[in-house]
Amino acid sequence: MLSPTDWSAIWLTLKLASTTTLILLLVGTPIAWWLARTRSWWKGPLSALVALPIVLPPTVLGFYLLIALGPHGPIGQLTQWAGIGLLPFTFAGLVIASVFYSLPFVVQPLQNAFEAIGERPLEVAATLGARPIDAFFTVAVPLARPGFLTATVLGFAHTVGEFGVVLMIGGSIPDKTRVVSVAIYDHVEALEYTQAHWLSAGMLIFSFLVLAALYTLNPTGRRK
Amino acid sequence: MIEARFRLAYPGFTLDADLSLPASGVTALFGPSGSGKTTLLRAIAGLERVPGGRLVFDGEVWQDERTFLPTHRRPIGYVFQEASLFPHLSVRGNLEYGMKRRNCRPASADFAHIVELLGIGHLLERKPERLSGGEKSRVAIARALLSAPRLMLMDEPLAALDLARKQEILPYLERLHEELEIPLLYVSHAPDEVARLADHLVVLEAGRVIAQGPTGATLAHALQPRAKRGEALADMAGEACVEFATAADLPALADLLAELFTLESDFSPARERQLAGLKQILDEPSLGRLFVLRIGGQIAGMANALITVSTALGGKVLLLEDVIVAAPFRGRGYGRRLVEHVLGWAREEGFLRVTLLADRDNAPALAFYERLGFEPSAMVVRRKRL
Repeated sequence: MLSPTDWSAIWLTLKLASTTTLILLLVGTPIAWWLARTRSWWKGPLSALVALPIVLPPTVLGFYLLIALGPHGPIGQLTQWAGIGLLPFTFAGLVIASVFYSLPFVVQPLQNAFEAIGERPLEVAATLGARPIDAFFTVAVPLARPGFLTATVLGFAHTVGEFGVVLMIGGSIPDKTRVVSVAIYDHVEALEYTQAHWLSAGMLIFSFLVLAALYTLNPTGRRK
Repeated sequence: MIEARFRLAYPGFTLDADLSLPASGVTALFGPSGSGKTTLLRAIAGLERVPGGRLVFDGEVWQDERTFLPTHRRPIGYVFQEASLFPHLSVRGNLEYGMKRRNCRPASADFAHIVELLGIGHLLERKPERLSGGEKSRVAIARALLSAPRLMLMDEPLAALDLARKQEILPYLERLHEELEIPLLYVSHAPDEVARLADHLVVLEAGRVIAQGPTGATLAHALQPRAKRGEALADMAGEACVEFATAADLPALADLLAELFTLESDFSPARERQLAGLKQILDEPSLGRLFVLRIGGQIAGMANALITVSTALGGKVLLLEDVIVAAPFRGRGYGRRLVEHVLGWAREEGFLRVTLLADRDNAPALAFYERLGFEPSAMVVRRKRL
């Protein structure tokens, strides 16, 4: 059965995924909004940048993040100067890595949802006296609700499922950076197949349930 | 007074409008699609940014070289072509959206009044998806009115509706016209709507204002073919008139019909039957009236043999068959003159709908009707025997 360290890995995973998803919604929404509405030349390059984690091996992302966050990296020097210390092998470091890693899974559904709304409802809101920020919260966000649901679920599930990046940035420090996917790897390496089975089956069922809920509750094509 | 000056050019489209519009009553921006009506309306609303434009409303500068008042700060009500209700809000939520934001919440009596005026009291708790097309349009109009505008802008609010729905809305718009104290700019390509609703008319063609003034005279002017306008008007001055036919005109009318039919088709009804049919209409005005166009005392044409009056749709419906113009007068704008006259008469008589009839294969007639702004969908392509 599961040991206390396994339970702590599960708790850590959920905490990481929740924190990451929350940050991603806050960061990803303005990015998605800008990408959905801009006619700027920068839209192409920025879209590509956001989508990079989909195609890159997690090790590449992890490697560059490790260097950037490390003692000689620009972010590392900044965090040291600010008195926060170094972020690799800490929970905060994991969160930063996860935000980068799961960014496209939040930005793209939101961008699609914002694009699907079109210009008209916002024009209507403006003619009724709503300032742009007001129109965003009272019209765009409610109309993009299916997109927010998809983004939240995908962002959360994708963070729960990451392995390569967390291993490189966080290593496997029990209670601090050892998430479920890393715990499974450790169990398999140590030939502890029972625990590996429990955790793996748990992940499988969790992922299935989450995706099943998403596709059932959020049927596509209902929007007009 | 509304002063607007907008110049805009991009490939395939230019807008060059310099307008002074009255700050009361209904002003229609009228013209074929692609003539720049909607762009002009959007520029006035601030939805379209036209660099170098100038817009002054009631002495307030909304746009000039230095100022650009964003849409949400202009005291306007805007009704889009599609109702564009917010699908996540109920009808009440839609109506209140503008009221809450304009900081001049109308008295509850006003709310009740506008809701009653547009007949949407029983719909307040519904979601927009459960409304018919006509109901959506009425809610959209009420929503715009309730935002306490000082200028109403309407972009073909009837264009997305079928004929029956249009008949449903038009009476509401007419009541609005009677009760509204603020100016209304109404974009339309339909002469009958414009004739019914507008006091003042601005005619646009290819982004340019080609005529403006009181509706009646301006509409007649606008419906003339441009190239022939001068000639046709000169020809008609003093010697052309449109009037009801009398029994004395029957032989001439029969000649006209015979000439037309031999010219244009193999179908040539017996003269006796033609005369009998025409006589029947003259004898029974309830069947309709015969209009003839006289030039120099001669009958140049007749619009239409048959005007059927129906009490369906709670009003009257006017049906016009092919507009006939005698060969020597053809192609000189007299057909239009005739139709306009009949439309004007029908308007005064309170007709609800005008349908022009033509044979499906009568391409010139169909094209002619289309140029008059009659939609092909609204054409009944069936010929009625005289």
